Amino acid sequence: MSILIYAESAEGKFKKVAFELASYAKKIAETTGQTVTAITVNMSDVSELAKYGVDKVLKVTNDKLANFTAKAYADAIKQAAQKESAKLVLLSSSTDSLYLAPLVSVALDAGFASNIVGLPVNMSPFQVKRNAFSNKAFNITEINTDVKVLCLGKNSYGVFENTGSAAAEDFAPSISDADFGVKVQSVEKGSGKVTIADADVVVSGGRGLKGPENWGLIEDLAAVLGAATACSKPVSDLGWRPHSEHVGQTGKPVATNLYIAVGISGAIQHIAGINSSKVKVVINADADAPFFKVADYGIVGDAFDILPRLTEKLKAFKAQNS
Amino acid sequence: MKILVCISHVPDTTSKINFTNGDSEFDTNGVQFVINPNDEFGLTRAIWFQEQQGANVTVVNVGGPDTEPTLRKALAIGANEAIRINANPTDGFFVAKQLAEVIKTGGYDLVIAGRESLDYNGGMVPGMIAGILGMNFVNSCTELTIDGNNAKASREIDGGKEIVATTLPLIVGGQKGLVEEKDLRIPNMRGIMTARTKALTILEPISAASETKAVKFEKPAEKSAVKLISPDNLDELINLLHNEAKVI
Repeated sequence: MSILIYAESAEGKFKKVAFELASYAKKIAETTGQTVTAITVNMSDVSELAKYGVDKVLKVTNDKLANFTAKAYADAIKQAAQKESAKLVLLSSSTDSLYLAPLVSVALDAGFASNIVGLPVNMSPFQVKRNAFSNKAFNITEINTDVKVLCLGKNSYGVFENTGSAAAEDFAPSISDADFGVKVQSVEKGSGKVTIADADVVVSGGRGLKGPENWGLIEDLAAVLGAATACSKPVSDLGWRPHSEHVGQTGKPVATNLYIAVGISGAIQHIAGINSSKVKVVINADADAPFFKVADYGIVGDAFDILPRLTEKLKAFKAQNS
Repeated sequence: MKILVCISHVPDTTSKINFTNGDSEFDTNGVQFVINPNDEFGLTRAIWFQEQQGANVTVVNVGGPDTEPTLRKALAIGANEAIRINANPTDGFFVAKQLAEVIKTGGYDLVIAGRESLDYNGGMVPGMIAGILGMNFVNSCTELTIDGNNAKASREIDGGKEIVATTLPLIVGGQKGLVEEKDLRIPNMRGIMTARTKALTILEPISAASETKAVKFEKPAEKSAVKLISPDNLDELINLLHNEAKVI
């Protein structure tokens, strides 16, 4: 019996969430005496997974799966779970995994819980802690089915090195044409840019930046930190920045190590979306901005004065510390 | 085209979140409930299909009589009729089973449900319905057009978007982008008056087991106060981020 993880990859490389998931699965496996099996799609070299405790890798190689197709991927994961008699199937909280998980859960008659923030609280009955109410509360959820599907919240466990053999085995699940009822026509993706989903640091700008022409300040700071750029809802509503950068309750969720908010007042909907970030820095001219209430570090001052100086200082710091 | 919009009745974002009965239940005392924002984007897009393409829009919710004002609000916004499944929505799977039954008997071409509700943030229902009924499914849908039996949608992906083509019957997990915030409608007096006379059908639930149970709630620890740093001392910020927070 093993724990199955779906190890996500993009452009031939594993995503960081795959390693976090492996670390998480390994920890549970150690306490229950199980092994960790990963399923990968169209990855040639899977040896990196060994470093995070994966014992066995089911390698699916299939041209039909070149584009992410939720039903087909869910079908493959289901068959892998059955092959391994896995009672626990783990996915990340990427948009793709959140798309897959409910399909996998129905296919396996498995109870499903998302937004998991830590190791199971209890193995029998099986209880996990999850984020709920837009990060305003935690909820202990009990799953009563024999097989369980979990989506681990990003950055909620961490990446830990371990030992595993990652013994690779080709796996050819039967994928039916019926799985391709939704066909990908095109993918629009900025290349080479750090995405909000993958970033360890996010630099976000609000209306306080006065106009899209000033976004160079945000981009420069983000570049020094290897960060993704994001924005508040008004900024995306005004068309200053693309929708894909809007973070908050109705935009993208952010759960990063460091979130720097510049010129964002901190409406409750914005906070709800970013609150699971570990460290929050707020730069705002208004000392009464509600964002300071949830920030770890704050600077009251003029972004146009602070950002260029902060960027320069961080450049010097990075040069010294790298 | 027959459209079904699944509506969750959720606390308004600004509500204080408290728990009762030994932290095992959400305390609804003094809480204002609204249409789940992700559902409202879907509802508004459905009304657009109704006005532009002659669709018929039904809204549905699984909940007790106390959720009816939320359904009436959806009717006031423009839905043609409403269904309330008279049951306590114990978990996502139970809700999906109930909704799947309504979809099967009602013969809907398009089903829109928010990608997640803002109370339990489960993100379970649209995908589970798709799994139960084997329908075509697009999650995190940010654009949707329908032409006859064909649908074109865009889906949010990490770092961009994906354009997909599919066919009806279809279920989408909706969110902002289906319509913009400025397109959301506040019910006007005429809408509110007509909503009173629109059909609100109450159905009893089918028997279905829950797979999960929320056993307990906890509130996050109180946050310590912000450390303010002078704009003239940016080195201190870098020092704190490096040595104290250890994030750079």
